[in-house]
Amino acid sequence: MELLRNIFVTPFVDMVAAPDFLMQVVWEGLVSGVLYALIALGFVLIFRSSRIFNFAQGIMVVFAALTLVGLHEMGIPAWIAVAGTLGVMFALAWTVERVVLRPLVGQPDIILFMATIGITLFLIGFGETIFGGENKQMITAELGIPTGDFVLEPFGGLLILQHIDVTAVVVAGLLVVGLVAFLNYTRMGRAVRALGDDHQAALSVGISLQTIWVLVWFIAGVIALVTGIAWGSRAGVSFALEIIAYKALPVLMLGGLESITGAIVGGLLIGVLEKLFEIYWGAPLLGGNTESWFAFVLALTVLLFRPQGLFGEKIIERV
Amino acid sequence: MLDSDPTGNGAAHPAKGGDAETILEVTNIEVIYNHVILVLKGVSLTVPKGAIVALLGGNGAGKTTTLKAISNLLHSDRGEVTKGAIRYLGADVTELDPATLVQRGVIQVMEGRHCFEHLTVEDNLLTGAHTRSDGRGAIEADLDMVYTYFPRLKERRKSQAGYTSGGEQQMCAIGRALMSRPQTILLDEPSMGLAPQLVEQIFEIVKSVNENEGVTFLLAEQNTNVALRYAHYGYILESGRVVMDGPAAALRENPDVKEFYLGLSEEGRKSYRDVRSYRRRKRWLS
Ligand SMILES: Nc1ncnc2c1ncn2[C@@H]1O[C@H](COP(=O)(O)OP(=O)(O)OP(=O)(O)O)[C@@H](O)[C@H]1O
Ligand SMILES: [Mg+2]
Repeated sequence: MELLRNIFVTPFVDMVAAPDFLMQVVWEGLVSGVLYALIALGFVLIFRSSRIFNFAQGIMVVFAALTLVGLHEMGIPAWIAVAGTLGVMFALAWTVERVVLRPLVGQPDIILFMATIGITLFLIGFGETIFGGENKQMITAELGIPTGDFVLEPFGGLLILQHIDVTAVVVAGLLVVGLVAFLNYTRMGRAVRALGDDHQAALSVGISLQTIWVLVWFIAGVIALVTGIAWGSRAGVSFALEIIAYKALPVLMLGGLESITGAIVGGLLIGVLEKLFEIYWGAPLLGGNTESWFAFVLALTVLLFRPQGLFGEKIIERV
Repeated sequence: MLDSDPTGNGAAHPAKGGDAETILEVTNIEVIYNHVILVLKGVSLTVPKGAIVALLGGNGAGKTTTLKAISNLLHSDRGEVTKGAIRYLGADVTELDPATLVQRGVIQVMEGRHCFEHLTVEDNLLTGAHTRSDGRGAIEADLDMVYTYFPRLKERRKSQAGYTSGGEQQMCAIGRALMSRPQTILLDEPSMGLAPQLVEQIFEIVKSVNENEGVTFLLAEQNTNVALRYAHYGYILESGRVVMDGPAAALRENPDVKEFYLGLSEEGRKSYRDVRSYRRRKRWLS
């Protein structure tokens, strides 16, 4: 009885009693959620245009952040280091297309998936060799990202929004909007979507697979850099960041591998729900630390009922 | 009466006027799938500029393979041209990738239409303009041109292509090809799965695009009857070889064609022996 009460009544009473705290929790969830959504978008783009599940997305976050910090340590000014990192991510995209994708095109999907695991292991080793394995500080201040906070007082309470988080949400949000606009309203974006629907038809109208692949891997690289900066600012830059990127997996399970809307909504949903669950149910009832697994359980539950995910594109079947 | 030499010279291929310039010339090509399966065993054909040329034959004759060899879409089917040459406007194009060919003016409309099903009809059409760099205005103008040929597409322009009817998808596929401003369209089985009336409508449009825009067509068809009514010249393929070719009017009157491809016969049904000897004879000739 007591337990049922703690599950079904107390949390909601707490929420209503302290609405400012509830808002704080939702905000924190949204901050992670936007970043999950961004990473999931990177997966979706690559999956749609090449049918590859890019296992390397997580390590690309670490690699991008390490490269940025590493370049800055060499005495390069922060913003030039950002440009340099973008250059490195482009080189990575180009190399992956040349060395891995092109030779393997037409092979079974599982082979390509294994190839991305190969890329992951390579990036881990390569990154450690060049930049070392120890935890580094993200160059937050050098990039001009403000480090203070906004203090709001909704409902006579207190809501603290860290400037870093606000910046992350704004930048990630802009990136998401930009990506969606790119996909829907530009020639190249249309080609990416076309390629996702029908490879041969895309070839037949003169869309070059190679160009599109380099493009989407580069976009994934840009996404990796942005998420790397955002998370690195809070947690420092080390290979542990990779784990966070895999939070995008439940987002994909929830949103479907091919849906852009799914990635965005799924990301925000998981970010907020896992935070709410942790604060109102996980910490009091289970001793906390539920954020590491809650998203996966949620996603698996959804999969049981909707195998294509909540937003998986409907497979069009004509009679 | 019929030209038994498929590689024959241009003068024997009067499409329009008799001395039309050759736009596409396929010489004795062989195609192998998966490194072992020999499918085209020396196919030659000539397409005069501004003509509609039909490539006829039954299932598995090699029509699609021939078209894909020209547009260089064989790679993704693990096929390869191992012999012979393909020349477009005098230049060897055997090794060119599809994108370059589209830029040179050759585009294929694939068998089974292959619209991008999650894209709207209008987005499908716009993908056809992917290789163009002549500006938004010119592309918009061509979109209007396509909508004039296919008013139905204008009505459905905001629908996802996957939810349109088979006929609309065929129109969408042809319209998409037109958006690349092609000189030559390789059109694979436009009649497939469509009601006779719709087939007629599609061929009428092909004919008017040919006459008004000067687009050359090489079209593969199993529907010999319709194809020979609209084409100027025809080639008949069997098991990867050209077994017969000639002006469409002559092919229509040819007793063998009537018998085997048009389902008509003046002397009643021939015996299977005759069929076989006919095939053998044609093989020898090709
Ligand atoms: N990817 C492939 N791998 C192996 N063999 C193939 C492949 N594609 C086609 N073939 C074979 O090549 C031959 C010619 O096929 P093709 O598709 O060119 O015929 P078609 O004349 O277009 O027939 P249809 O009228 O049925 O479309 C067939 O025997 C077919 O089985
Ligand atoms: Mg075919």
